[in-house]
Amino acid sequence: MSTERILSIIAAVGLLLTAGPAPAQDAIKIGVSQPLTGAFAASGNYVAQGAKIAEDDINKAGGVLGRKIQLIVEDNKSNPTEAVATAEKLIQKDKVPVLMGAWSSTLTLAVMPKLVEYEVPMLVETSSSGKITTSGNPWIFRISPTSEMEAKAFAPLVKTLGIKKAELLGTNNDFGLGAMQEFEKMLKAAGVEIGAKETMDPKAVDFSAQLAKIKASGGDTLFVTTDVSQATLILKQAKEQQLKSRIITTGGSVSPDQLIAQAGEAANGSLHLVFFTPWFPDAVKNPDLATKFVKEWNARGHNVGGLTEGFRGYDGITTIVAAIKAAGTVEPKAIQKALWNVKVHGINGDIAFIKQGPAGQESAQNVPSVYLIKIDNGKVVKM
Amino acid sequence: MLDQFLQHCLNALMLGGTYALLGIGLTLIFGIMRVVNFTHGELYAFGAYMMYALVMRLGIDFFAALVLAMALGIVLGGAIELTLLRPLRSSDIDITMLVMIGAWIVLQNSEQLAWTGVAQSIANPFPAEPLVFGSLSVSWNRVFVLLVAMFLISATYFLVNGTKLGRAMRATFQDRETAALMGVRIERVHTATFALGSGLAAASGALLGPIFVVTPTMGDLAATKAFAIVILGGLGNVVGATVGGFILAFAEEIGVAYISSGYRDAMGFLLIILILLVRPTGLIAQKERIS
Repeated sequence: MSTERILSIIAAVGLLLTAGPAPAQDAIKIGVSQPLTGAFAASGNYVAQGAKIAEDDINKAGGVLGRKIQLIVEDNKSNPTEAVATAEKLIQKDKVPVLMGAWSSTLTLAVMPKLVEYEVPMLVETSSSGKITTSGNPWIFRISPTSEMEAKAFAPLVKTLGIKKAELLGTNNDFGLGAMQEFEKMLKAAGVEIGAKETMDPKAVDFSAQLAKIKASGGDTLFVTTDVSQATLILKQAKEQQLKSRIITTGGSVSPDQLIAQAGEAANGSLHLVFFTPWFPDAVKNPDLATKFVKEWNARGHNVGGLTEGFRGYDGITTIVAAIKAAGTVEPKAIQKALWNVKVHGINGDIAFIKQGPAGQESAQNVPSVYLIKIDNGKVVKM
Repeated sequence: MLDQFLQHCLNALMLGGTYALLGIGLTLIFGIMRVVNFTHGELYAFGAYMMYALVMRLGIDFFAALVLAMALGIVLGGAIELTLLRPLRSSDIDITMLVMIGAWIVLQNSEQLAWTGVAQSIANPFPAEPLVFGSLSVSWNRVFVLLVAMFLISATYFLVNGTKLGRAMRATFQDRETAALMGVRIERVHTATFALGSGLAAASGALLGPIFVVTPTMGDLAATKAFAIVILGGLGNVVGATVGGFILAFAEEIGVAYISSGYRDAMGFLLIILILLVRPTGLIAQKERIS
């Protein structure tokens, strides 16, 4: 290689290093770890899109502490090992004082020891496994409901819907198993008989065996806990197998719009627990904010089916920024302290934290709104 | 009780057809060519995405789209063979493996770039109401897949065992030098075999896409099952892959029904371990020259 060529390569590399995005040294960095690729890619991207809307809104309004904010979004590839790597990278290399992540319960649980190690708080926007806030990790601030909260919110409906015998079908991970346990507890307490309890691999696409067993068990209602693509297949295959049970999904990650588009007729009659109702923004606690968010989401051309995930990113970032504002500094410990006292008007409702877990090292848990909707004739209706 | 058992058997029969189809494409490439083909699952996803593009975006007839998707799979497979495998013909197996892992990652991420991670579904022309026998039921689409799978399996069997190309394939992968001396154009045979195996993977994707949903990661699970089926049935054996596919499907269904659904995927692999303990070369082993 000639000296000239070597020099030109050095120059090119130098250019790459200096070019980069506009000087943002002054911006406050917030780390985001989401599954942008892999099995949960669709949902992770929606959360990131919602977070971006919050970033732009906050910066347009002048930022926080006189500085702009800058999200650094890392892809955890739907993989717990990668999730830990993104947290390491965000904390060690980007020096972010606070994180948001990591969508699935399994991914969040994988990251948690790193928060203790580096003493950095993380806002959990989606995960619902009870373990996250009961294991004694004081760096966790969760805005999404736990499976237990969902089950409690659902309890009064057991009578209304006339549920006598129920089956449970959940994905075989922290999210699915946790929800199955909480719903079983709640249903039993309400005097409902529990029939078959089945699980499935998070990647599985054929549930014919589980559904045949559920059909033979003969309940009137089937509770399903999984992501939207598996829920789509379960609805389609339940119809193929002539399963007559009413199907109810939990977890808030089953986008009804996507189900209508993809499961078609098979989605009719199914019920879904969701944490945001973009179909009737008036029904939520802060309707102005919800309407504004839906408008901006559509203006950006994002998938309408992603709204029920996207709002989580928006609420997460606004909560973090409220804490930074209250802390008056970007020290992780100060942000952690400030998070305990934030009161934020979110899209889901008003966000504030209560204590959960062992005394002395409690995690923070929000008490969010939970809504039940029904798909009727290809349309989402209120229950 | 009996109804439930029969429904499980019917489900297993339908599932077995799809597993067998996944297995035969790979048994040609992995079994006969001895290329550890990590792109098999991606060709499966490619077939499904082509089906989605042709039917849902371009509005082409469902059945014509099936044929086209398979043809495109053959073209992509041929291209992979010509650009990645041909230059590596004399390299070690681990180098080929690494290149194929690279191709797998590139293909999967290109799918997400092109189609996003949102699951897509493909409309099919079959009646929405299932086919019902008493208390048993099965969707028309699945019956169609089983029939096409049986046809493709028989055609592949005939091609490998009853045609000149098939003979050239078997000769080439048994002994390259001798086959070349006998006038077999071995480079072409390599390309043809890989293209055919890839076409079968794309055909499975195109057939199963409308039954399941289409996502960029759909190939991972398909590839895992396909490798299991090929090993179960014996490398390079079309009949073995077919039988292996049905056995795996029955093991999974019956396992879920009478043991536990949590171990559905483990059940199949447990069976493979058991069979390999008794018959280390697979269920239907071929006599083979080691060197």
